[in-house]
Amino acid sequence: MCIAVPSKVIKIEGKVAETELGGVIRKVSIEMVPEVKVGDYVMVHAGLAISIVDKEEAEMQMELWEELMEVLNDAADRND
Amino acid sequence: MMQQTEMIEKTKRAIETLNPGGPFNIMEVCGSHTMAISKFGLRQLLPKNIRLISGPGCPVCVTAQNEIDSVIELANKNVVIATFGDLIRVPGNRSSLQAERAAGKEVKVFYSPLDALKYAEENPKKEVVFIGIGFETTVPTVAVTIKEAKEKNIKNYSVYCLHKTMPEALRALLEGGSNVQGFLLPGHVSAITGSKIYEFLPKEFGVGGVISGFEAMDILMSIIMLLKNYKKPVIEIQYKRVVRKEGNLEAQKIIEEIFEPCDSTWRGLGEIKGSGLKIRDKYKDFDAALKFDIKPIGEEIEIKGCRCGDVLKGNIYPNECPLFGKVCTSENPVGPCMVSSEGSCAAFYKYGA
Repeated sequence: MCIAVPSKVIKIEGKVAETELGGVIRKVSIEMVPEVKVGDYVMVHAGLAISIVDKEEAEMQMELWEELMEVLNDAADRND
Repeated sequence: MMQQTEMIEKTKRAIETLNPGGPFNIMEVCGSHTMAISKFGLRQLLPKNIRLISGPGCPVCVTAQNEIDSVIELANKNVVIATFGDLIRVPGNRSSLQAERAAGKEVKVFYSPLDALKYAEENPKKEVVFIGIGFETTVPTVAVTIKEAKEKNIKNYSVYCLHKTMPEALRALLEGGSNVQGFLLPGHVSAITGSKIYEFLPKEFGVGGVISGFEAMDILMSIIMLLKNYKKPVIEIQYKRVVRKEGNLEAQKIIEEIFEPCDSTWRGLGEIKGSGLKIRDKYKDFDAALKFDIKPIGEEIEIKGCRCGDVLKGNIYPNECPLFGKVCTSENPVGPCMVSSEGSCAAFYKYGA
């Protein structure tokens, strides 16, 4: 039930933003993310944006993952 | 970027390298994690001693039987019941919202409580009651409607508040002796609360946790983080693209403004101190419990033969329940863990063990 989907903010009018997900435009409340800007991605749960997606973190995560795999698999090779 | 199959192979090897050897139970406490784990078949990637078990992470499933009964009672008070879709099939002792709707009562499904408020505003002659079910993720949305109803003086909207909060349930599980070595912590609950609320897990119980995202790679990464820290358990965030350490302060502020903690009864876990929320006095005009004099009453009666309670505590896998797949199926569910689309029994039934 705690599902939240990332949607792109395309227009802001006061406490409400128009967001786009897969071509569908939806109005969501941005009361909980007042610092949001047009172009940001927000996580939307039941009509309310609960978090702004951090693009840098998203990219860094992939790098971190590959790095970690590298280290762990080197360790595995040494154990073989 | 690595190819998918190569990635999975590498992940498997990484997990084997970190395998502590002894039994290592990882409990997820979010229905979306339950579904993702089954859907992606993640259990098959793990060595036998590392088990993924489900906890009380599905809000509909943990709603107590007598709470469901009180919702049914409310439906008979000449009101419009506004609810999330998941709740309407859940059977109470005598009926369900679906059966009440078939019998002519007004039960409306809304995607958002904000839509329910709008409906109330457009239909001033109808009493609209939103059924507030869900964890910290959902609470701010409901809080926004109560605040807005007060500001706009919408008098025909109220909330029947059955919300529950996560940390005290985790404490109750561990105090009850649940055999858990690490928690996969809920991503969107934590987007609201931040990570601090879980610090008692390593401090008081020596159990670590990782706040995880919902993609297969997120969950695998979180499992690796848990295994890496098993000697020195800590709380970490894997889902950093969405979850900040301090959580969403605006959302915390509005929760605090509208609600205060209260005791709450969970299916399978019983009454847990401070694990529920009730509407503060200042907003009592919007509290359906007071407005319609409704509360959960009577003993908590379990459905005969149904072991949802044990499933919710991670004591058994769904397919260890005698009803599973025989009398209790997705088409004809008996217990809430099969009724809810994100219940552990529904996940096992749909995707296999």
